[in-house]
Amino acid sequence: MIDTITLEVARYRPEQETEPTFERFEVPFNKDWVVLDALNYIKDRLDGSLSYRWSCRMGVCGSCGMMVNGEPKLTCATFLSKYVPGPIRVEPLRYFPVVRDLAVEMTDFMDKLKSVKPWIIRQEERPLSEGEYLQTPVQLDNYKQFSMCINCMICYAACPVYGLDHHFIGPAALALAQRYNMDSRDQGTDERLDLLSQHEGIWGCTFVGECTKACPKNVDPAGAIQQYKLKAATEWFKSFLMPWGRK
Amino acid sequence: MKETHNYTLYHPKWYRERVSTYWWARQWSYFRFILRELSSIFVAYFVVLILFLLHALSQGPESYAAIQEWLRTPFAITLNFISLLFTLFHTITWFNLTPRAMPVRIGGKRLPDWMIAAPNYVAWVVISAIVAWFVIGG
Amino acid sequence: MGKRSNEPLVWSLFSSGGVIAAFMIPILLFLFGLAFPLGWIEAPGYEQIMTLVRHPLTRLVLFGLCSLPLFHWAHRFRFTLYDGLQIKHLNELITVFCYGGAVVGTLLAGYILWNIP
Repeated sequence: MIDTITLEVARYRPEQETEPTFERFEVPFNKDWVVLDALNYIKDRLDGSLSYRWSCRMGVCGSCGMMVNGEPKLTCATFLSKYVPGPIRVEPLRYFPVVRDLAVEMTDFMDKLKSVKPWIIRQEERPLSEGEYLQTPVQLDNYKQFSMCINCMICYAACPVYGLDHHFIGPAALALAQRYNMDSRDQGTDERLDLLSQHEGIWGCTFVGECTKACPKNVDPAGAIQQYKLKAATEWFKSFLMPWGRK
Repeated sequence: MKETHNYTLYHPKWYRERVSTYWWARQWSYFRFILRELSSIFVAYFVVLILFLLHALSQGPESYAAIQEWLRTPFAITLNFISLLFTLFHTITWFNLTPRAMPVRIGGKRLPDWMIAAPNYVAWVVISAIVAWFVIGG
Repeated sequence: MGKRSNEPLVWSLFSSGGVIAAFMIPILLFLFGLAFPLGWIEAPGYEQIMTLVRHPLTRLVLFGLCSLPLFHWAHRFRFTLYDGLQIKHLNELITVFCYGGAVVGTLLAGYILWNIP
């Protein structure tokens, strides 16, 4: 049994460095500790200037995503014991600009998320007096998997297409668009189609499949995108064969 | 996509790493993906081979014999062996990804992936047998 | 609808080509590329093959087998060039090369199959 484990933590302090360097920290090894516990230990005891994001430490808030030994992970759900004897290399999420140390700039993702209109769109709102929009368990099950997304951006850090082309809308936003498209209460599919059917939308995806493997919530964005491609292609042929059928 | 980096537009000191040209060589899963994509080159090679065979057939028995002669050269055997490996890789990856693109629901429950992939493999064996039967001359 | 994208068309061709390639290429490549040349299985004679190829249905299958997998290649190769080599700025050239190649191959396949005596 080892007593300590070494973390190689990426440091980037824009006022003193032009590119990130690694700093080694020796932390106590505890088999119940996750990488985030180790980072908290560093911040509390060794170097209070270390910057990173975290909140719930239970896989719900989606703010502690980082690269752990080259793989995008929620650090609150990644145990130190998996990497014995170490060292463990902790870096900010790949493919995003780094603001400081382990914190990335996420405006790009936030804009993309908003652009796909991830909310229920109604052509006509029903008055409150008529009650809620009901849904059967089967209708819920249809999109439930895609609704588990916690916006942790781990799928973006796994996606080489996003890394190579930042115009690509990316896995989480596309999966969430599909989540609302498949919701029986939603009527916004046509409204989302223009954006999603661009090259930077679903067609940019080459089905690498890494987003799905990396997702801590089993959302399967890659599946969502391919399903949407199939649907969009079917619609395309329909509108081609029956142009009068288009609204 | 419109660039709307409101308050961050004049932030000069982000660090952004450039993606290496060899990004696909640095991670096994990425490399496997590139191999899958490159299998398409061997698919195209197969079509070229078929076109040459058909062209030779239409030119008469001598041309056909000549191309068969070429197919027996070590170079052709090696090339075809490698191509077979890649096209098999294409077949397997294609079938395994099918359930993800075309989920099937029965009674509101999504069928497990293997139940969608398995019929593909069965159909593959059947089609292969039929093709072989026709070619070898049943 | 905004600008009409051709992506659904090329993606459909890519997918159907992928399906045909997955089901039919390994067995044919095994027979003609390895089993016949190496003598594992006795190769069919010229007349026997011609009888098969002369049948209109065989020609139709062969046409599909040549054309669609070429579009499958075109699509995948286009993205591999984009991403693998990071040369997306040569977009037009790559598109013409890939899909143009598939169109030429399709025409050639049609020509050869049509002219089989």
